[in-house]
Amino acid sequence: MAFSPENLRAAREIIAQYPRPKSAILPLAHLAQDQDGWLSTEGMDEIASLVGVTPAEVQGTCSFYTMFKRDQVGKLLVSVCTNVSCLVLGGPEVYEHLNEQYAADPDVTIEEVECLAACDGAPCLQVNYEYHLGLTPESAEAIVEQYKSGTLHARGISGGARA
Amino acid sequence: MTAVETRIVTKRLRERPEDSWTIDGALASGAYESLVVALKTDRAAIQESVKASGLRGRGGAGFPAAQKWSFLPAGSYPRYLVVNGDEGEPSTFKDRMLVECDPHQIVEGIAIAAYTIECNQAFVYLRGEFALGYERLMQAIADAKAKGFLGENIQGSGFDLEIVVHRGAGAYICGEETALLESLEGERGMPRIRPPFPAIEGLYAKPTVVNNIETLSTLPHIMRMGGEEYGKLGVDRSTGTRIFAVSGHVKKPGNYEVELGTTFRELLYDLCGGIRDDRGVKFFIPGGASSQWMPGTDEALDTPLDMDAVGPKWGVMLGSGAVMVYDDTTNPALVAWRLAKFFAHESCGKCTPCREGTGWIEKVLYRISHGEGRPQDLDMLLSVGNTICPGLNAPFSQTTICPLGPSAVSPVVSLNKYFRDEIISMCTPATVTA
Repeated sequence: MAFSPENLRAAREIIAQYPRPKSAILPLAHLAQDQDGWLSTEGMDEIASLVGVTPAEVQGTCSFYTMFKRDQVGKLLVSVCTNVSCLVLGGPEVYEHLNEQYAADPDVTIEEVECLAACDGAPCLQVNYEYHLGLTPESAEAIVEQYKSGTLHARGISGGARA
Repeated sequence: MTAVETRIVTKRLRERPEDSWTIDGALASGAYESLVVALKTDRAAIQESVKASGLRGRGGAGFPAAQKWSFLPAGSYPRYLVVNGDEGEPSTFKDRMLVECDPHQIVEGIAIAAYTIECNQAFVYLRGEFALGYERLMQAIADAKAKGFLGENIQGSGFDLEIVVHRGAGAYICGEETALLESLEGERGMPRIRPPFPAIEGLYAKPTVVNNIETLSTLPHIMRMGGEEYGKLGVDRSTGTRIFAVSGHVKKPGNYEVELGTTFRELLYDLCGGIRDDRGVKFFIPGGASSQWMPGTDEALDTPLDMDAVGPKWGVMLGSGAVMVYDDTTNPALVAWRLAKFFAHESCGKCTPCREGTGWIEKVLYRISHGEGRPQDLDMLLSVGNTICPGLNAPFSQTTICPLGPSAVSPVVSLNKYFRDEIISMCTPATVTA
């Protein structure tokens, strides 16, 4: 999908901040992802034309970074930490439980991630990059349900501001 | 005597948890006063004061900050200041707190550093997952600009500064400063061969200083206290305070700012309340995942937090200031495997020993930690480690461009040093008796 007129303006402002336009690839990819819910090939093509490089260069950069989802994901991206501080306090159990619960739910994507820098609240997770700490498998599921029901309002899929 | 925190960098956020990140809360607690003084001070005098403070980088390597600045070639412009906020070292969570709770302190530190090194454009490379931190830092920059602490002709000094916040996108390697610069240029985050060092050819091949968020957050206080006075805190060449992020099996995990020279025991028992269920410490990992481990012995726990002393004695580093604590119920092989899995996942793939080696270390540690190990596995891992980090010693010798590969060897060396018998017995099938 193409950038909306508003996001196109934002994209041009981002590019203008940098001495070289190619530096804007990461921020523009975040912008595209927040708009579309994922980073499509068309989205990367548009970024390429905006910053003046080839589509292959944009794909080459974006494919390096785990936050860029080049396949469609659910509206809710649940990132569960299982790194060492969460490991010894129940992180893997939270991950496995959510993975089972939402295996067939197209709106929810569960992913295992590396340390989220919230180890004083281990085990922790993020839903669209919003932190939730001190979890059990049950409390983690309750949090996802609150987002699904609209009690909690999610950020964009790249962590952008809530609509 | 019970150890207490010495709150300098964390003072505002602890005293005003309700509004420490806002411009009003920050201004009410002295923000930008040091900047105003700095802008009227001779640049060389500021640099001299920072040198006298003994301030060393808080990101991991511990390089003296003033010395890093002094490497910039005279008369070469533009120069860039790049702020490393890509906090990803497992179990480190101090920079996230500083960004979320005291972004004005960071902005003030950036402005002081940029003025000192004559730089008019600074870039903050902020970890992509820090969505709230990004919002608060962007707001802080906008508010600081509106109050005349950023932008053109700051406080009538004739000094201009713009700050661009650049979000990362989930790659640990971008915390390595040359990979960070690649990423900032829109490339895959792969480390560069040095030399040239960033001070000579950094961002866009221009002279560049890369400083960590906590390092810069300390500058307003060095200006306020005077470098000599700040330098009186701490021990030997480890001056001042540092924020230690303690996690794992302690009763009160969290960020604690203490004077360097405090012991691990004081940190873990006086401040963190001891170990859950009052159990014993089996081992702990100072300095983040890249460091080797320390055993839960009295001698280890009584070691002072001194950046220079821990290396020769224990082969560890204070690194990023993380301390992970594991009680006597912990399977050390499982922790080692998860760390290896992390390094294997985060290896950028540029250097063969790391790209291949981290994967094999992860696979073999998986089978050891999941009951499928073989008696010779530990020695095989040491052999693999030796191809990435010849001699298996810290500080690293390495066959790779950056220290990520050698970091993956730290858990292996630590298992061998402290838990060799336990690992070998895990890997030896029980003798079948008739």
